Amino acid sequence: MAPELQNARKTDTVFRTENLNIYYGDFLAVRDITIEIHKNKITAFIGPSGCGKSTVLRCFNRLNDLIQSFHMDGKLFYRDQDLYAAEIDPVEVRRQIGMVFQKPNPFPKSIYDNIAFGPRLLGYKGDMDELVERSLKQAALWDDVKDKLKEMGTDLSGGQQQRLCIARAIAVQPDVILMDEPCSSLDPISTLKVEDLLQELKEKYTILIVTHNMQQASRASDRTAFFNVEANAKGQRTGYIVEYDRTEVIFQSPQEQATQAYVSGRFG
Amino acid sequence: MATSTSRTAMPTQRSNSSRLLDKGFVWVTGAFAIGVGLVLLAIAYRVGTDSLPAIQRFGLGFLATTRWSVNDEVFGALTQIYGTLVTSFIALLIAVPIGIGVALFLSEDYLPPRIKQPIVFLIELLAAIPSVVYGLWGIFVLIPLLRPFGIWLNANFGWIPIFSTAPAGPGIYAAGIILSIMILPIIAAISRDALVAVPTEIRQAAYGLGATRWETIFQIILPAAFSGIVGGIMLALGRAMGETMAVTMVIGNSNSIDLSILSQGSTVSSLLANQFAEAGGLQVSSLMYAALILFGLTLVVNVLAELIVRRFSLKL
Ligand SMILES: Nc1ncnc2c1ncn2[C@@H]1O[C@H](COP(=O)(O)OP(=O)(O)OP(=O)(O)O)[C@@H](O)[C@H]1O
Ligand SMILES: [Mg+2]
Repeated sequence: MAPELQNARKTDTVFRTENLNIYYGDFLAVRDITIEIHKNKITAFIGPSGCGKSTVLRCFNRLNDLIQSFHMDGKLFYRDQDLYAAEIDPVEVRRQIGMVFQKPNPFPKSIYDNIAFGPRLLGYKGDMDELVERSLKQAALWDDVKDKLKEMGTDLSGGQQQRLCIARAIAVQPDVILMDEPCSSLDPISTLKVEDLLQELKEKYTILIVTHNMQQASRASDRTAFFNVEANAKGQRTGYIVEYDRTEVIFQSPQEQATQAYVSGRFG
Repeated sequence: MATSTSRTAMPTQRSNSSRLLDKGFVWVTGAFAIGVGLVLLAIAYRVGTDSLPAIQRFGLGFLATTRWSVNDEVFGALTQIYGTLVTSFIALLIAVPIGIGVALFLSEDYLPPRIKQPIVFLIELLAAIPSVVYGLWGIFVLIPLLRPFGIWLNANFGWIPIFSTAPAGPGIYAAGIILSIMILPIIAAISRDALVAVPTEIRQAAYGLGATRWETIFQIILPAAFSGIVGGIMLALGRAMGETMAVTMVIGNSNSIDLSILSQGSTVSSLLANQFAEAGGLQVSSLMYAALILFGLTLVVNVLAELIVRRFSLKL
C-alpha cells in the first residue's frame, strides 16, 4: 500500500471535495461539488436521473479515469491526501475504495474465486478459505452458498449475485465502499437484506450509496445529498448538489423547496 | 352476430397466414439444416466406399508406411500425414500468439476507433486473398527471404532433427509460415469478437477491485473469452489442415519423409491435388483413403475443440 494512502486512513473526514467540476469532453456534467463525507457513516446520494450521482461517485475511486473523455477540475481529498495528485496511482486508490455496481457483475468464475480474486491481487497471505467464509457471512450469503462454493457465481440469482459482489468488495477490506444503486435489480426481500447489511458494514466501513428509493435513503442513511439538474445557457444539463445534510433534516425539514418537492414525491 | 364472435376470438387468434408463415419458416430452415447434414454424410459415404479397396489392401499399415510408389502399387501416407500435422503445427505456433495479441490490441482502447476500424478491416481482408496469390507470393518473396534464415538454423541447430537438412528452397517450414499468415485473420477476428463480447461490467468490476490492466486482461477477460478463442483456433486449424493450393506451391511435393522442417515434403491435400488428375485403379482408392484420413483428422480436431470449449467454457 502506498504510504501516502496509508497515513490517510487516520482522520475522521474521509472525503472532502472543493468545487469539483466534472466534464465528459466539453460537456459539463456536474458543477461545484463541495461536500464532506464522514467516517463510519452511510451517505446517500439522491436525485433525478441524469443529475450526475454516478459520475460523482465514480470520482471517489477514480473509476472515471477509464473514460477517455472524462476530466475534472477542483480538489478531491481522501483524508487530506489529494486523490488526483500526480503521484497517486489509481490502482492503489481502488484497492482502498471498493465499489458495488448497479447491475450485479460477478466474474464468470466460481463463487470462491470471485471472492478470492481481490485478496489474491493484493498478495493476501492468510487463510483464504477463512477469508472467503468471513466475507460471505458478512454479506449474508454464506448460508445460501456454503455447499456450492465451486459453482459459478454467475449461476446465482440476481439478489445473490449482488450480495456476492458486496462480499467480493469487502474481501479486500477496503476503507470505503461505494455503491451505485445496489438494490435496483433486487426484489424487496433482498433489498431489505442488503439494507440490514449496510447497517452492519458501517461499523467497519464508510459507505456512499446512490439510490432512487426514497424509503431506502431515509431508512438506511445517516446523511443525504440531494442532486438536481439544470440546463445552462448552452443547453447543457448540468447536475449540482442542492442540499446536503443529516438525513432527518433532508426528509423532514429541508431548507430548499426543490428538496421538499423531491423527497415528498412531488417533483416535476 | 358476427361482432360477438370476432370480439371473443380477438385476443387469442392470429391470422391463418401468419401462423402458416411461422410454420413454413420452421420447416424450410429445418430442411436446410438437415440438407447440410445429408451432404456431409453423402460425401463421407462416397469417400469411404471409394477408399475401400485401398483399406482392404493396406489396412492400418497405410498410416505407418512412407512409400508412395505408383509403379509397384504400394501406397502409404505417413509422409503426408506428418507433413499435414507439422505444417499445421508451425502455423498455429506462429499465428496463435500473434493472432491473440492482435485481437487484444484491437479490443482494448489503445487506439481511437477512427484508426482501429481500418486496421480491423485490413486484417479481415487478409482472409479474402485467394490462396493461389499466397502461393505465388510464397514462391517469389517468402522462400528467397527465408533461405538465409534456414541456412543459419541448419548451421547452428543442425543437431536437432527438425533442422537437420540444408534448406531446399521450398519446404515444410515455408508451407507452415504461409499457412500461419493465412489463418492469422481467422484467429484474430474471432478472438477479437470473443474479447469484445466480454461485458464491460465485468471489466469495471476488476478495475474496481484494484486490478491493473494486465491483471484484468489475463485473469478476467481472456478466461471469459476462452471458449470463443479456442473455437477460432480450431477453425483456423481446420483451415490449415485442409489448405491445398498455397501449400502445394511452396512445400516441394516430395513423397519421401524427412523429419527436418527445412526439407521438402507434402501434405495430404497437396498429394491429392498433385496426383488425382492422372491417377487410376488402386492409386485413386489410396488417394480416397488419404482423404478419409484428413476427414478423420479434422473431425478429431472439431470434437476436441468442442470438448475443450465445454470443459472450460465460462458462462456469461
Ligand atoms: N461515459 C460518459 N460519457 C459521456 N457522458 C456521460 C458518461 N456517463 C454519464 N454521462 C452523462 O453525464 C450526466 C450524468 O450522468 P450520471 O450517469 O452520472 O447520472 P445519474 O445521476 O447517475 O443518473 P441515473 O440516476 O439515471 O443513474 C448525464 O447527462 C450523462 O449523459
Ligand atoms: Mg447512475
